[in-house]
Amino acid sequence: MDIMKLTAIELGKKIKSGEITCVEATKAYLERIEVLDKEINSFITVDSDGAIKQAEEVQAKIDSGELTGPLAGVPVAIKDNMCVSGMCTTCSSNILNNFVPTYTATAVEKLKDAGAVIIGKTNMDEFAMGSTTETSFYGVTKNPWNLEKVPGGSSGGSAAAVAAEEIPYALGSDTGGSIRQPAAFCGVTGIKPTYGRVSRYGLVAYGSSLDQIGPIAKDVADCAAVLDIICKYDDKDSTSYKDASEDFSSALIDDVKGMKIGIPRDYFAEGIDEEVKSSVLAAAEVLREKGAIVEEFDLGMVEYAIPAYYIIASAEASSNLERFDGVKYGYRTKEYRDLHNMYKKSRSEGFGAEVKRRIMLGSFVLSSGYYDAYYVKALKTKALIKKAFDDAFEKYDVILGPCAPTTAPKLGQSLTDPIKMYLGDIYTVSVNLAGIPGISLPCGYDKDGMPIGLQLLGQAFDEKTIIRAAYSYECTRNYVRPAYLEERGL
Amino acid sequence: MSKIYETVIGLEVHVELATKTKIFCGCSTEFGGAPNTHTCPVCTGMPGSLPVLNKGVVEKAVAVGLATNCTITKNCKFDRKNYFYPDNPQNYQISQLYYPICRNGSVEIEVDGNKKNIRIHEIHMEEDAGKLVHDSLPDSSLIDYNRSGVPLIEIVSEPDMRSAEEVIAYLEKLRLIIQYLGASDCKLNEGSMRADVNLSVREIGAEEFGTRTEMKNLNSFKAIARAIENEKQRQIALIEAGEEVVQETRRWDDTKEYSYAMRSKEDAQDYRYFPDPDLVPIIISDEWMTEIRNRQPELRDEKRLRYKEEYDIPEYDIDIITNSKRMADIFEETISLGAAPKKVSNWLMVETMRLMKEHDMDPDDLKFSASNLAKLIDLVESKSINGTVAKEVFEKIFTDDIEPEKYVEENGLKTVNDEGTLRKTIEEIVAANPKSVQDFKSGKEKAMGFLVGQTMKAMKGKADPGEVNRILREELSKQ
Repeated sequence: MDIMKLTAIELGKKIKSGEITCVEATKAYLERIEVLDKEINSFITVDSDGAIKQAEEVQAKIDSGELTGPLAGVPVAIKDNMCVSGMCTTCSSNILNNFVPTYTATAVEKLKDAGAVIIGKTNMDEFAMGSTTETSFYGVTKNPWNLEKVPGGSSGGSAAAVAAEEIPYALGSDTGGSIRQPAAFCGVTGIKPTYGRVSRYGLVAYGSSLDQIGPIAKDVADCAAVLDIICKYDDKDSTSYKDASEDFSSALIDDVKGMKIGIPRDYFAEGIDEEVKSSVLAAAEVLREKGAIVEEFDLGMVEYAIPAYYIIASAEASSNLERFDGVKYGYRTKEYRDLHNMYKKSRSEGFGAEVKRRIMLGSFVLSSGYYDAYYVKALKTKALIKKAFDDAFEKYDVILGPCAPTTAPKLGQSLTDPIKMYLGDIYTVSVNLAGIPGISLPCGYDKDGMPIGLQLLGQAFDEKTIIRAAYSYECTRNYVRPAYLEERGL
Repeated sequence: MSKIYETVIGLEVHVELATKTKIFCGCSTEFGGAPNTHTCPVCTGMPGSLPVLNKGVVEKAVAVGLATNCTITKNCKFDRKNYFYPDNPQNYQISQLYYPICRNGSVEIEVDGNKKNIRIHEIHMEEDAGKLVHDSLPDSSLIDYNRSGVPLIEIVSEPDMRSAEEVIAYLEKLRLIIQYLGASDCKLNEGSMRADVNLSVREIGAEEFGTRTEMKNLNSFKAIARAIENEKQRQIALIEAGEEVVQETRRWDDTKEYSYAMRSKEDAQDYRYFPDPDLVPIIISDEWMTEIRNRQPELRDEKRLRYKEEYDIPEYDIDIITNSKRMADIFEETISLGAAPKKVSNWLMVETMRLMKEHDMDPDDLKFSASNLAKLIDLVESKSINGTVAKEVFEKIFTDDIEPEKYVEENGLKTVNDEGTLRKTIEEIVAANPKSVQDFKSGKEKAMGFLVGQTMKAMKGKADPGEVNRILREELSKQ
């Protein structure tokens, strides 16, 4: 039996039935990481000993009947911007290279309570700023579909690890597409829940009003099972939603008859690859054939999403990242003259170029005299974007479109032209600005064999409808592993 | 001819709110713990930690706002004030700029019989910073984050004050209101109340304000008065010399009675305020506000009226007693234990005031308990001790809050009410002082006083003077 090919739920079942032990599964994944991760570089930290110890404890609880959930005993990887007590949490930044938190993010805590075995922390763009995982201080992560291409970002490590079967599922975070886009680029499935669904406590903030934790896995059912566990009200997060818990897995129904699906014409206007366009429209056709009512419409405000997003996210980031100053934890420069010199040198040496760019952009838009012209205007734009979605959801249950205008670019191409990289976020950032849920799942491949992602958007707190639509679509396809794994004889 | 100037003063008053826990986490606000023992990931600015608002802070801020006639902002928000300094672990302070919780209030003050309204521009909530410790290591400083996240309100007045007396009256008024509300103990010396003075001068009759300075580090009412006088003179001297007053922040050194510039307006930082995305807007519903209003304790003016009606004590006494929440609390509690209001008032007005003066104390620092005062009054009423002994015992209660019955017992201070013993002593005194007896017989009433004194001395003060008088007269009439 090949453990690695299983989905998280399938593995959970086998562990529960005693076919595989939790320790065996954990060791198998640790071994896979050992074999592949020098090439892929999905992980920043792998806690082999800790994971085996956790696996033993979890197994005992499964045996005693204390743990019965579908993911009990299944290993998981955590994006390195979520705190796990005792485990180094770097945010892929030099400035946090030695930071070991004493507390665990609520979402991770929920997974642990459900019997997850935490194997390690995954690579990402530094402080989640980037769309390629190339801004990491700990080296780039490679796309398992083609090692010369990026895995997407910022949760590139989580997506690549799932695609390379180094882990059955992982947690990512999504501020402007950081779960959905790497899931699309790596041919796996990811959900960004509604803002407020998952507690942000312990998630190192990038853009606090946009950040949301979510799952990346091989299929929709795994993602729903993770949401069942991590979506809980948390009194440690003021923006946590009171009725956050739901039975998401109950929405795994292969039936879209009568479901109204809107396709924004504005998403297919310019800048989108033909192959991406035709794959996404073909997916819409599949849903139509299954009984959904599919129509095109004009969403509006699309061109304002990127500027509004980069202003709001950078503004919040410029403030959120002030605490990294070399005083209390993390990197401190070796030599300094005085306090301000220490701040300046620690931050100059500790942060990478993209983070500095966004701190400067964010500081600028908040500075006196520019605040109204940029930040306040961006907030107004955000409200208008939300309204455009609200209006659309008056007519449609689901909005269908691409996740990204292209498939994964080559390594080294994106950072030289940040504006171009930012424009790649055009279909994802507005979802965070509107606070609504989105799912990305594979819907085809380009001529080079790179995966194309389909994005389905739902109303705030209506994850279940997009889970149902995504599941129905997924039922018409088979999961495809990257050819790389076959080439490696895995 | 020299010009006549007036001083224009506005105050920014910071008050630490007396909540048990901090404004955005569950850590204790208690003063004086070992460094960094009242801390958690939130108040030390750890990555991924999030603030959660303590509702008690909102309630106390609203209570102060209602008591100072403010309009309550029903939908208010927190903003981040960004600046780098190590006492501020996030390098931003969570405060309120755009939608402060209270606005447009006023309090009435009285100086030399003249009443005046001082307008309050706004009251906002914010978090306190930690404390830097500079002197224990040679090359570096230490940080104690125990105070980080302690809730503060900042009360910003309009520039309505014209003298140090008005400033003190305004501060006293605020302090009383806030103490009565139980929102803070308002101790300037411990930093739970801090006032920054914005001051400018202008020629009497001028319409425009002069350039103002902001004075910090004022730790007592006396320091405030001295700093105001000093700054006023400094500004006038500059103007008279044809120089300009620079808009700047100055620090007062009360021991040297001198201030120096900390930073000028040109150095002013851009705080890049923006709404804190980690906190949701605070909605203060009518119901909540009514609840807070209903829970509001009796304030000073109401107390004064009630004392007048219920206790029948002089208005002067009422003023003194209600001028401190602590004193009023002792007064009422002692009465509730059965003591007569007039007796309690006497102890507070005479002995307590005298001892406070002697110990250079503030009424807020009174340590003794109402129950011990009530017991003392009871001992006097039941004639178990006489007045002189009572005063001695009260001193002990005042300083150490001793239990009076036990103290009287242990020190043998109880009045000797055994008539036989007293009569025997008096017989001896009469026998030993024939001259005085003779004087008394010949109508010299003064001699009576001497004989009473001799008796009290012989009784070591433990006799009831009334009894001594009665028996002495009986014995003298036998002569």
